[in-house]
Amino acid sequence: MNGPGRIHGAAGQFDSPESLLAAARALAGDGYTRMDAFTPFPVHGLDKALGLSRSPLGYVVFGAGLAGAALALLLQWWTGAVDYPLVIGGKPLFAFEFSIPITFELTVLLASFAAVGGMLAANGLPRLSHPVFSSELFRRVTDDGFVLLIESRDPKFDAAACRERLASLGAVRTEVVEERAA
Amino acid sequence: MSGINGALILGKPALGDITAAVSGIVERKPPRAWYVAFGISAALTLVLGAMLAHLVTTGVGVWGNNQPVGWAWDITNFVFWIGIGHAGTLISAILFLLRQRWRTSINRAAEAMTLFAVMCAGIFPLFHVGRPWRAYWLLPFPNADLAMWPNFRSPLLWDVFAVSTYATVSALFWYVGLIPDLATLRDRASTRIRQVVYGVLSLGWRGSARHWRHYEMAYLLLAGLSTPLVISVHSIVSFDFAVSVIPGWHTTIFPPYFVAGAIFSGFAMVVTLMILARRVYRLENLVTMKHLDNMCKVMLATGMIVGYAYAVEFFTAFFSGNPYERFVFVNRAVGPYAWAVWIMFTCNVIVPQVFWLKRARNCIPLMFVVSILINVGMWFERFVIIVTSLHRDYLPSSWGYFRPTPVDILTFAGSIGLFLTLFLLFVRFLPMIAMAEVKGVVAGGKTHGEAKA
Amino acid sequence: MKTGRQYWRSLEQLAGTPRFQEWLRREFPQGAPELAGQGSRRRMLRLMAASLGLAGLTACRRPVENILPSSRGSEAIVPGVPNWYATSMTVGGLSFGLLVESHDGRPTKIEGNPRHPSSLGATTAHAQAAVLSLYDPDRSTRVLRQGRAASWDGFEAFAAQHFAAARVGDGARIRFLSETACSPSLEAVRRHALTRFPGARWIEYEPLNQDQALAGSEIAYGAPHVVRFHFDKADMVVSLDHDFLGLDALSLGWIRQFSRRRTADSPREPMNRLYAVESRFSMTGAAADHRLRLRPSEVRRFGEDLARALGALEGPAPSPNRFLDALARDLKASRGRSLVLAGPRQPAEVHALAHLLNQALGNTGVTVTCSRAPRDDARLQIRSLQSLAAELAAGQVETLVVLGGNPAFTAPADMGFQGLMRKARYNVRLGLEEDETSAGAEWHLPEAHFLESWGDGRALDGTASIQQPLIEPLYGGRTVAEVVAVISGYKDRRAYDIVRNHWLAGWPVRDAEKNWRRALHDGVVSGSSFPEARPAADASRVAAALQSNPASPVAEGLEIAFTPGWATWDGRYANNGWLQEAPDPMTRLTWDNAALVSPATASRLGLATGDLVRLSRGRHEVAAPVLVQPGHADDCVSVPLGYGRAMCGRVGRNVGFNAFLLRTTDALWSAAGLELRRTGRTARLALTQNHHNMEGRPLILAATLEEYRKDPKFVAHSKPHLEPFSLHKEPSYDRGNQWGMAIDLSACVGCNACVLACQAENNIPIVGKQQVLRGRQMHWIRVDRYYQGSPEDPGAAVQPVTCQQCENAPCENVCPVAATTHSPEGLNDMAYNRCVGTRYCSNNCPYKVRRFNFLDFHKGLSEAGKMVFNPDVTVRMRGVMEKCTYCVQRIEEKKIKARREGRRAIGDGEIQTACQQACPAGAIVFGDINDPASRVAGLRNHNRGYGLLEELNTKPRTTYLARLRNPNPELA
Repeated sequence: MNGPGRIHGAAGQFDSPESLLAAARALAGDGYTRMDAFTPFPVHGLDKALGLSRSPLGYVVFGAGLAGAALALLLQWWTGAVDYPLVIGGKPLFAFEFSIPITFELTVLLASFAAVGGMLAANGLPRLSHPVFSSELFRRVTDDGFVLLIESRDPKFDAAACRERLASLGAVRTEVVEERAA
Repeated sequence: MSGINGALILGKPALGDITAAVSGIVERKPPRAWYVAFGISAALTLVLGAMLAHLVTTGVGVWGNNQPVGWAWDITNFVFWIGIGHAGTLISAILFLLRQRWRTSINRAAEAMTLFAVMCAGIFPLFHVGRPWRAYWLLPFPNADLAMWPNFRSPLLWDVFAVSTYATVSALFWYVGLIPDLATLRDRASTRIRQVVYGVLSLGWRGSARHWRHYEMAYLLLAGLSTPLVISVHSIVSFDFAVSVIPGWHTTIFPPYFVAGAIFSGFAMVVTLMILARRVYRLENLVTMKHLDNMCKVMLATGMIVGYAYAVEFFTAFFSGNPYERFVFVNRAVGPYAWAVWIMFTCNVIVPQVFWLKRARNCIPLMFVVSILINVGMWFERFVIIVTSLHRDYLPSSWGYFRPTPVDILTFAGSIGLFLTLFLLFVRFLPMIAMAEVKGVVAGGKTHGEAKA
Repeated sequence: MKTGRQYWRSLEQLAGTPRFQEWLRREFPQGAPELAGQGSRRRMLRLMAASLGLAGLTACRRPVENILPSSRGSEAIVPGVPNWYATSMTVGGLSFGLLVESHDGRPTKIEGNPRHPSSLGATTAHAQAAVLSLYDPDRSTRVLRQGRAASWDGFEAFAAQHFAAARVGDGARIRFLSETACSPSLEAVRRHALTRFPGARWIEYEPLNQDQALAGSEIAYGAPHVVRFHFDKADMVVSLDHDFLGLDALSLGWIRQFSRRRTADSPREPMNRLYAVESRFSMTGAAADHRLRLRPSEVRRFGEDLARALGALEGPAPSPNRFLDALARDLKASRGRSLVLAGPRQPAEVHALAHLLNQALGNTGVTVTCSRAPRDDARLQIRSLQSLAAELAAGQVETLVVLGGNPAFTAPADMGFQGLMRKARYNVRLGLEEDETSAGAEWHLPEAHFLESWGDGRALDGTASIQQPLIEPLYGGRTVAEVVAVISGYKDRRAYDIVRNHWLAGWPVRDAEKNWRRALHDGVVSGSSFPEARPAADASRVAAALQSNPASPVAEGLEIAFTPGWATWDGRYANNGWLQEAPDPMTRLTWDNAALVSPATASRLGLATGDLVRLSRGRHEVAAPVLVQPGHADDCVSVPLGYGRAMCGRVGRNVGFNAFLLRTTDALWSAAGLELRRTGRTARLALTQNHHNMEGRPLILAATLEEYRKDPKFVAHSKPHLEPFSLHKEPSYDRGNQWGMAIDLSACVGCNACVLACQAENNIPIVGKQQVLRGRQMHWIRVDRYYQGSPEDPGAAVQPVTCQQCENAPCENVCPVAATTHSPEGLNDMAYNRCVGTRYCSNNCPYKVRRFNFLDFHKGLSEAGKMVFNPDVTVRMRGVMEKCTYCVQRIEEKKIKARREGRRAIGDGEIQTACQQACPAGAIVFGDINDPASRVAGLRNHNRGYGLLEELNTKPRTTYLARLRNPNPELA
């Protein structure tokens, strides 16, 4: 089923987070810039080793939260005091006090949607097909495999050299990942 | 409660063993016990359906509610189920923020429990109304021929927002946590159908470092949002009563009192379920005595908060000098519903005291019994608050007494059936333990708990 | 109309089929109390609706004779606009003037006729419920001969040959038996019949009659007199076992008079004082300033002592007695301004004593006036019934014509009247129902309801009023006069002609027509009252009577006392759901009667409320549930009559127990020697109030007149002083009409008229015994009754409670869909079509006045079934909350009227709520609190005024006036 296609990159599998981390650092030292790591659970220091910055999700969520609060207050004020004013229990048409619960709830609701939506967007998910899915190596990632990938986009990329280098860094298995012809 | 502790996972299993142990449950044919349990719960669920159909076609009169007791088992069950739900969010969110690693073995099941409990809870406010087919008028859009908006001053409307938000956020939180494990199931899938289903559900998760980076941030934020949310939900539920003018309801202590009670009953439910699950699925290595011990301590602590709340309520009633308020509490202690009050007090305050003893915290059968008694007690707490306050309020001429009908009882039983059915389906088709997280703990690798926030 | 006919036909067919009959039997088995369960209640309603269908055909047809609307303006009928007609109803031989509201030809609401002396504009609960009886599908709907369907033509043919002179001769073997008649036109027909059959006799019998009073007046005055009381002139009232504010046909007018002297508007105003001597704790006892619990047999002794103490009667002065002496001094002090009255339950001697006392106290002609009994041949009804029984037993009666009433059920048990009737070869029976008396009658004829037939009647003072029909007879019924006319060949046959011609004949020809029209319009015939008589009571004759019939020594053991049934009276209202569900004002019992005993007696016999016991006197016995009644006389059991009817409509069949089974000729009102045995079984009694103690809460504020004079602001001083504040500015209601209500607790006697009026006005459903047991009764206004003091001899106070229309209504805040909100006029509006039924509002209502439709209480009502409904008020569906609206439909009607007439302002008192209009005590005042001149505004700021639970800052629009009592300081 593996038809000939463009090369996606060279991957090496390691048997522990530690060795993966070491390899990543070494390759970074070699000057590889287009790398990615695949692990069953988040591993310490990988971000740094791969030169990834902190996720900006927080700002998105904060903004969404503010929007939720504003929306809630607007809704309660406009419906109660402008669109359909009714005298109820001798209470004012709009008051901050009785608006608190709903304002809070809508804040949380929108913020949560932003958190999840933002995460998926940032990760380009959902994505049902990806080159690495065709590789046997990656089957193990969600179990106990720790895989390091040097992408073909990397200026220094050379399939054979990369495989060698990965093996020398302790990869138990290495492989060239091809992009399946759609 | 110590963080890293060998007792959290026994026998240092390899990562693969964890995957196998947890995924195996979903992949193998379930044990006999599962079928038996499922049969029973499914039958009860049908009873629920029948009772609700009867209710809708005949009227709320099929329940025992009356004047002056307009709310009885219906709202009691609502508060009861919502309360159960709280433990799940607490474990997954608050313990997460508190870096409590021991949560990892139980949070998945607890979150599932939250969802199902909230579903059961939702049934009662929906069907307790006289005209359920008009319940959508509570939604914030100009509805009915009158193009009216709902009344945002009503605590019942706050409930609508609180509970629906709570349900949504819990679902998101739970699903986000599931994504890496769904990917695991996808990659282990032996059949095409499983591969496709889990493949779609896992959204193409690859476990790449880039994924984990945003994922962890999102998870952290969700935890941060859920924590005040879970507290707000039961506070708002308690407003249904606290905001009213009825003596026994109109109390400022309700929000914290309700939240503590919710956690109390929720943990009891988690214990009940986990004791069964670990037994049936041989998960003793992942759900260890350490977990149960910790949960017993939580129950002991929250149980004492609840007991304290009871005491304060009585004192406030006496100290306020408000004759109506005083009467309510005297009436609770010695009135027609004293029996319910004493069941509540015994189950919630006295029984949990056994957990002072280490031996008790290590005795699973005892734990099981106590956890169930606690939920009995908590159900009665809500019954006492709602019914004893209503049945004798301001004008003695209108005092009455509430007696449940068979329909009341069967409806509640049915909701338990629905809850169990959903939970059994969950353990059958989804990983009931968060593999990725447990692996993190085992490998001593970085877990969410240490995500640099 | 057309559809009505078709419906009628199909229904007739339906009713004919054996399947239908079979189904009926199955649905309503003999012996099963009706409305037993939800299920059967709803089936009952469904069937009721179906049967009501046959009302459909006549519904849209007005009486052919020209009746006159009483309301001002033209007689023209404007569709949708109700018309008012004056008419009258007769109960126990007394006529009460009514105004009836007719919507497009169907009577829907009954009010009192202000022009009529005995209603003075108010109505009793029973009058309010009459419209329901009118549309009752269980009424007799067909002519029967020996139980088989026949026709009026058939009867007329029969009568023509059966009553032919050739056959019956002077009619020596004919007997007529009717209820007490007070109809002048019927009197004419009667005279004609008795001249036509000189040998025949006409007997009148009512189970709840005035025999003792007439006999008493005969003893005192030498001739039977009708006595009238004028409570409005009396400062001091002494009731010798007379429940004149409660279970008495005449209570209506008396409550009004009495209450006028009961409400001191300022501390300076005088107030009357009431001493009540009674066995059962009655409404009169509740209103009394001093109450003495005595068994019925002990009352005579008390009367004699009082008479001696006041020197009205020779004999040794009675041994000192605190109560008696204080009372005597009080009476002496208010000569000519006091009033002593004896109740129908008391023997003639006690009535005679009362007359004597009134004369001695100079009350005669002031607070008590007399007129000769309408007919000199007036005899003790029981005696005439006994002689009839004897004749029947001896087989001397061939034809017995029973006109109305239900003697087979109400005659003394020892007579076995039902059996005796069989001894007459021909029984002709005219009745509203196919009941005990109809069983085995040769002819059963359907009687016309008073709202569907022409007639007339006289009030106690003789004032005559015409009875106009509001609708054609629904079931082809006829009146007593019509039937006697047929039998005796009277010149007129139709009720209209009988009545009209009788009256026209009495007037000079030229104003006859004018007088007739005026009589119809006003509802009273001017100048028709009896001339007042001023007889002198003869002490010696009274003394002689006392001698000849010495008081029986107070016997050991239990005594039984019979009282009218609150809902059923003598059984005539048994099939009226509204009345059955209206709680007895004192016991709060619905859908039942019970044997009332005092707490002491109960504990002595080891009885508790709900225990089933066997009551027996000699061979007469009946099983009854016990109800422990605080304040009841010890060693005495009160049993309400008129319940437990076996042959009755579906609503009333076998509801309660039949106390008539214990009522014998020698013990018509009370007797010693009652046996009470416990059965060990219990029954569930549907009480609407289960807690009778105010728990020291400031709900009904009360003070004695003395205290009020010492501290006119006692209300303000007796309530906790709170300064409620609000975080926000509360809406102001200072512009436009601002509706409010004031209820005077001094005036209210708790008669329930308001409850029934509200039910009729606002289409309030009945829910049945099972639902009442669940606590789901629907009344929008209820009368709370609390006891104070020892359970043995407590005082009682009543308080009508309905929606208080709070300005800061707790119910409004909590409704999630804003179904209940506040109107600019300060009403707590309820949008039924918006309500989803969370019941949160009801939970949060401190007054618990909201009512929820837990089930479809109107289920299955057909188009015709809605005839009794007020078209101005929505009929609420299942799952919806409902409550008092201050009769917003009446408010709007008057506002529209005012606008049409180009008026801005609505006059004070122009709008009357249904409860206010019916209230005999005038305790309820409604109006615009924004108009400082209005009565309600005045009462709101009255120093006796207060708001119920106002410390909750609900700002109720309904306020109460604290209850005043005027006890004798000597007895304090």
